[in-house]
Amino acid sequence: MQPDPEKLLSYYERMQLIRLFEEKLAELFASGLLGGTSHFCIGQEAAAVGLLAAAKDTDWVVSNHRGHGHLLARGLDPARVMAELLGRKSGYCGGRGGSQHMCSMEDHFLGTNGITGGGIPIGTGAAFALKYQNSDNVAIVFFGDGASNQGTFHESLNMASLWSLPVLYVCENNRYGMSMPVERACAQPRISARAAAYGMDAAEADGGSLLEVLQAGTEALKVVREKQRPFLLELHCYRHCGHSKNDPRVYRSRDEESRMQELDCLKQCENMLLQRGLGSEAIAQARERARLSIELAAKEALKAPYADSDYAKGGVYA
Amino acid sequence: MPEEKTQYFYSQAVNQALDEELARDENVFLLGEDIGQYGGAFGVTRGLFEKYGHKRLIETPISENSFTGLAVGAAMMGLRPVVEIMFMDFIALALDQLLNSAGKLHYMYDAQVSVPLVLRTPGGAKGGYGPSHSQMLSSLLLGIPGLKIVAPSTPRQAKGMLKAAIRDDNPVVFIENKRLYPTKGELPEGEYTLPLDKAELLSPGKDITLISYSAMSLVCLAIKEAVLSTGLDLEVLDLLSLQPLDQKSIFASVRKTGRVLIVEEACKTGGVGAEVAALIAEHCLDALEAPIMRVAAADAPIPSSLELEKYVLPQNDDILRAIKALRDY
Repeated sequence: MQPDPEKLLSYYERMQLIRLFEEKLAELFASGLLGGTSHFCIGQEAAAVGLLAAAKDTDWVVSNHRGHGHLLARGLDPARVMAELLGRKSGYCGGRGGSQHMCSMEDHFLGTNGITGGGIPIGTGAAFALKYQNSDNVAIVFFGDGASNQGTFHESLNMASLWSLPVLYVCENNRYGMSMPVERACAQPRISARAAAYGMDAAEADGGSLLEVLQAGTEALKVVREKQRPFLLELHCYRHCGHSKNDPRVYRSRDEESRMQELDCLKQCENMLLQRGLGSEAIAQARERARLSIELAAKEALKAPYADSDYAKGGVYA
Repeated sequence: MPEEKTQYFYSQAVNQALDEELARDENVFLLGEDIGQYGGAFGVTRGLFEKYGHKRLIETPISENSFTGLAVGAAMMGLRPVVEIMFMDFIALALDQLLNSAGKLHYMYDAQVSVPLVLRTPGGAKGGYGPSHSQMLSSLLLGIPGLKIVAPSTPRQAKGMLKAAIRDDNPVVFIENKRLYPTKGELPEGEYTLPLDKAELLSPGKDITLISYSAMSLVCLAIKEAVLSTGLDLEVLDLLSLQPLDQKSIFASVRKTGRVLIVEEACKTGGVGAEVAALIAEHCLDALEAPIMRVAAADAPIPSSLELEKYVLPQNDDILRAIKALRDY
């Protein structure tokens, strides 16, 4: 599959949008306007954008604690995502959910999830429902290397394979579960190899390369959709930022970080676009559009009102 | 001679409710361990597999947390899963998905989703099942907003409430009881459901209110009969719903008798009885003629030995002693 350059440019713009969104959040944290915690996906933008570009808009997405990229890659309104993070009424969940608990059913986005590995059975259940309802759509579940050590990962993959559920498990292996290197947490550090234990097909791809993710995602989703079989796709990623906003990153060297910066997915993407004949001006314009969009989103979100006490205490039951 | 009405086992009543709801709504499906041809560990789903097949009766691997989570995901997508957890003690293995997903999603996703899920599980001791297969963990779940919790004690209640639970748009924990499965009762003719938030006055009386739920409600009824000849007229209130508690019915009974004994099979500390007692103290102190009393399990695991089990679980003598103390206060 060779997407046309304009399409690729739009993916690049989406990646920039995510990067700038996260950087804006860091700014808001620093200035005390944003509370709580947040897990940035800086460095992992190609994984979110490439994978969801390969999916249908009607496929269902389940995300994890590091979900801003998935939300924006799915096309949610950055102003409303930002408003949710700022706890405002206009946010996707009215301020009840925040970063790790954000859902948009109209976008077929079943939610980010604050429990590591908690979304894996939920996405598996979505796939179960899609099969039950004879739908053409599939479920896509994002999680990290850390979640692959939860029982839910193993239990869910087992059931999905037993029952041939249409679900794509996407492991964004960013090398660290918080501070824990994957080699010290996983007896088999190749996460994709774990699929064999459940009789499931798997593949690996460079999560830093938009084109590789697009291709691997397209192929994996073809298996899931056409064969109605689950699939595990491991994307090798690197988060340039810390685990969360307060992470001094003592567990890895600045040397490693600067080496990885050279392989940053946005840089890779820019080079790829230049090679395909897109001018640096077009790239700069895309970046500027993304910047303006984020500036506007932040401005709008910061002005938005909060919900009230009745809203905070009510709505527990349907 | 009037014709005697058919008596049904509690387990049959649950089975009928499942059968009727499976037939009524194709979005309803059952999920759990050994619930197919085997019929479930206590035979509750017997015959349903033959009738509804693999699509509607999903026999799972032993993966409680993930099949509960799977049910949550399916419920978000519009299905109505009924999960069976074989013993209530095993709910610990599914607790993350109950607490962090089922109970929270409707609220935290701002009503964009609902989780119409029923989790059926038998709590309580049956005699000799031991520490990991005997506990009544009702109170463990009280602190989880977003769940409804019910614990019916008769076949009639079980059938009507399970049908209502399956139709409810919220996650409902439906507490059955191993000791109740072989008990019998009449069932109303035809289609019926019962509310999920109402207590039932099993037997009116005027001297002392006994508040209970699940199998202990039947024990309280038997105690009422046993003390009748001594001139004591006990009122027996069956909570049925533990979340929410039917405060109106509780307060009405307390105001009528002025004396309250709460009886349950869960541990005394932090029990359902503690919550009920606190509510009565908050709202009905002026009506009380004696301290609120509680009879519950000791704060200990349930020992396997039948001889030892009775020291931990509430016994008839404990209840009778408490009644006497209330009478004489």
